Order: sequence, then C-alpha cells, then structure tokens
Amino acid sequence: MTIKKLLIANRGEIAVRINRAARELGIATVQVYSKADKDSLAVRLADEAIDIGPPQASKSYLNQDAILAAANATGADAIHPGYGFLAENASFAAAVEDAGLVFVGPTAQSIRLMGDKVAAREAAAAAGVPTVPGSRGRLDSPEAAFALVETTGFPVMIKAAAGGGGRGIRIARTAEEFHHLMPQAQAEALAAFGDGGLYVEKLVEGARHIEVQVLGDGRDVIHCFERECSLQRRRQKVWEEAPSPSLTPAVRGLLCASAVALAKAVNYRGAGTIEYLYDDRSHEFYFLEMNTRIQVEHPVTEMVTGIDLVVEMIRIAGGAPLRLRQDQIRVEGHAIEVRINAEDPAKNFLPNPGTVSALSIPGGDGVRFDSMLYAGYTVPPFYDSLLGKLIVHDRDRPSAIARLGRALAELEVEGLATTKSLHQALARDPDVQAGRFHTAWLEPWLAAHADALAPATPKLAPTIAP
Amino acid sequence: MATQQIFSPLPGIFYRKPAPDKPDYKSAGDTITEDDTIGLIEVMKSFNEVKAGAAGKIVRFLAENEEAVMAGQPIAEIDV
Repeated sequence: MTIKKLLIANRGEIAVRINRAARELGIATVQVYSKADKDSLAVRLADEAIDIGPPQASKSYLNQDAILAAANATGADAIHPGYGFLAENASFAAAVEDAGLVFVGPTAQSIRLMGDKVAAREAAAAAGVPTVPGSRGRLDSPEAAFALVETTGFPVMIKAAAGGGGRGIRIARTAEEFHHLMPQAQAEALAAFGDGGLYVEKLVEGARHIEVQVLGDGRDVIHCFERECSLQRRRQKVWEEAPSPSLTPAVRGLLCASAVALAKAVNYRGAGTIEYLYDDRSHEFYFLEMNTRIQVEHPVTEMVTGIDLVVEMIRIAGGAPLRLRQDQIRVEGHAIEVRINAEDPAKNFLPNPGTVSALSIPGGDGVRFDSMLYAGYTVPPFYDSLLGKLIVHDRDRPSAIARLGRALAELEVEGLATTKSLHQALARDPDVQAGRFHTAWLEPWLAAHADALAPATPKLAPTIAP
Repeated sequence: MATQQIFSPLPGIFYRKPAPDKPDYKSAGDTITEDDTIGLIEVMKSFNEVKAGAAGKIVRFLAENEEAVMAGQPIAEIDV
C-alpha cells in the first residue's frame, strides 16, 4: 500500500527530519506531542498535531495506547517511530500492524531478535559475522561464566542480556574482580530488567566504533558503507563521520559484506545499522549489535552517498522494493556530524534547558543543520539534551574538518550553554585531525583539556544554577 | 518553630524515591538533617539529588512523585 498520512511518534530534531522526508514524498503528516512540546518546531511544521499527554515520556511518547488512538483519530495510515522511545519496541511494532497500520521499520520479529543481545550474537555468528570471543549464549550461573573466562582470558566485560545503552556493563581485569562483580551484575540485571541473564565477552581495548548502514526490503539488502563514531563520552556518540578514516579498502569490503550477510539472513526490512568494534592494529572487526531503526548520525551517510535514508525507509514501508543496486552506491568526499547538546562542557556537561534568545544557523556549501531550534524556543527539561546536529561535507577529511570549524564559528545559540566549544576544540586537536582515536580516547582528553572547553566569547549566565 | 519551603533547584521531573520499586526517601512527619536527600529531579535524562538544605521536620510535600516541576518551585514544607 502507498502511505497517505504518516503519524510521527517522536519529538525533537528527528521528528522535524521525518516530517521533511514525508512532505517531499507528498505524504501528509501528523505530529503527536506532549504538553511540554506544544510549541515545538515539529508541531509547527506538521500538517496536523495532536496532544497525547503530559510531559513525562512514560505518559506520552511511550504511551502506546495514546499514540494508536491519535493515529485512529487523525486517520493516519502509518507510524514512524524515529529513534529512542518506541522505535525498538517489538510489541509496539506488532500493535501498530495489528491495528491495520504500517510501521515504518522492520518486523516485530526482527526487532525482538536483535533486541536480545545473546540471540543477536548467535544470529551474527550463524551469518558468518565475527563476534568477540565470549559466551555463545546467556550465562545463568557464575560457575559457567568462570569456566568461560578461563578460555578467553582477561580483561572481560560482563553485560546484562536484556540491557542496552551501556547500562549494567562491568569490566573485570582479574579472576578476583570477576568473582566479586559477577553476582553483583546478576542481581542488578534482575532488578533493572527483570532478567538476570548475563553474557561475558573479552574486552577489546583501544578499539574503534565502526557501523554499517543497511537498507532492506524484506527480500534484498544493500549497504551504504560505514560510519565511524569512536568519539564517545559515557558511551554516547558526540562526533560521527563517513567514511571511517581508519579502514583499508580491503577491510571495508569485508566489513560491509558481513553486514549485508547478517541483514539478509534475517530478511531485514527498512533502515538498520550493524555496529562493530574495530581493532586497527590487527585489522579485526567484531559484531557488537544491530540497531533496527534510523540512527541519530544517519546524515553523514546521506551526505557521502546522496541517498535520503528516511525517504527510502518510508518508501519501503509503503511496499516499494529497493530502488538502488549495490553497484550504484558510491562514497563521495567526507562528511562529519557533531551533536549540539544543551550541556555545558565547562561544567562537566551539566544539562542546560532554557530559552533560545537568539539563533544564528551556519550556511554555505556542504553545511547542513538538522535541529529542533528556533529563536524564542524554550527547550524543555524532560527529554534528552540533543538540540540539533551540525553536518558538513567536503571533498576530503581535512577539508571537512576545516569546514566544520568554519560552520561552528557561525553557529550561535544564545541563552543556553551548548557543546559547540567541545567540537571547536576537537576540530583543532592534532589527534582528531590525524584520525588517531578510539572509543576510550575522548574521556581522558576531556579531563586534560577542561580549560579549552570554556566558550570563546563570554555568554549570559546559564539559565539554571549548578 | 518557623515553617520554610524546600525549592526545586532545577526544572524537570520530581521523584520522591530512588527507584520505582524502592520506598520514598522521606515522608511527612520525618525528622531530617541538612544533608538528607528528599527526592530526585530528572533533567534531560540526568538525575540530581534534592537536599533538604536545613534541619527540621517535614510538614508536607507540595509536589507529587513524578510531577513536572519548574526551577524554584516549592516541593516540600518543613518546620525548622
């Protein structure tokens, strides 16, 4: 079926992004909103908007019944979940389809499979994708776990089978630490997720985070090459780029082929991302997880391939087959995305909601700003701190970094402290310029460069006291 | 005895307990010290403890568990 009216079950910059893609496809849009988002840019841009409840996400953006009722009331025939909230909730995807609507994403079965880390790892191994040495399945007893680490060696990571977003991960460097941490991890997993299942894997130190974008139509799968997202703070990505500065063409070919093999093995439908750890000394890569949604950092892939991933996922959800063959997809130049968050880098990234008193958005060739901001907008405190993403594209990596510095200098978000100064300092850093980093690089760098993170020009005091 | 209010230091969601399955930090009638935690404010997914700021006895809470609050909004009343 062709989608005529799309309900956007999300907020912030991604709701704006989905609205733009839908309108370019000639699809009418319905924006759901919590009471805290009544004045949001996404609401202003949509054809229709409908209140789904109070500010708390649990009572609005996570309220499945309210969202389905909004779709029914407005006559929407499809729901796009964005990222976060209900995007990777298999029961929501099933409920949408049971209500006779299109879910813009994969099947509930794919979401469920990839949402269980142990099952996902088994599926990856079965598709021939390398996995980090560790438990083949979930470990329910500390004895079984200890027998395993005697074969992998230390250090190891202990993770909750039902966890996510880096929560509940512990690192043991010795057998003694392992004996101490394992029962603790099990109790915590049981309390946090209602499932004490754990798995254990070897910690690959100094690894990079590289991920492959795929698009599938339920029959065929293509890849749109990789992104590198090694610059992370507290396991949250802050700077992403495409292509990776660290892959050789041969490794890139193997990595992308492995992602396609896994997505094909599960008959994947829609946009998805397979995440890997990459050890640039051994050139080995290992499957981390598959994200069954559009990702925050999707624009860098769009900039280097020219493919509108959100448009493609909506077309596929409407029943269209893939319209590109693998040999038609090429990478041109280099793209970088930086996350502009309402956080103060000079104050240990203190969240900083408040009112945008003035806004200057950078322009010029190869510059894109995907955001939820407008001058006069009051950023609510109830959701994550992502205000927008500045994305640049140029012929090669050094030019893209120079363009990023130029665009950041033009960006002014008055009234709030943002992460702009962090990105300006990173763009000037010799290691960043040389692509010499890994996933544990940024945090010590932040500790060593605290002075460089104060804003270059003094601004009004932040709107909240520390 | 004088009555004074405890204000939310931040805008966000107020919680009276450390986790959904845990008991409240404090209840009306409890005696508290200056450094006692009386609740949490969730602001942009980060959790910040609200300290009593003064010793005394809690008269009543003015904000409910999981209520959306503004910075500077009174959340409890205490006798000091």
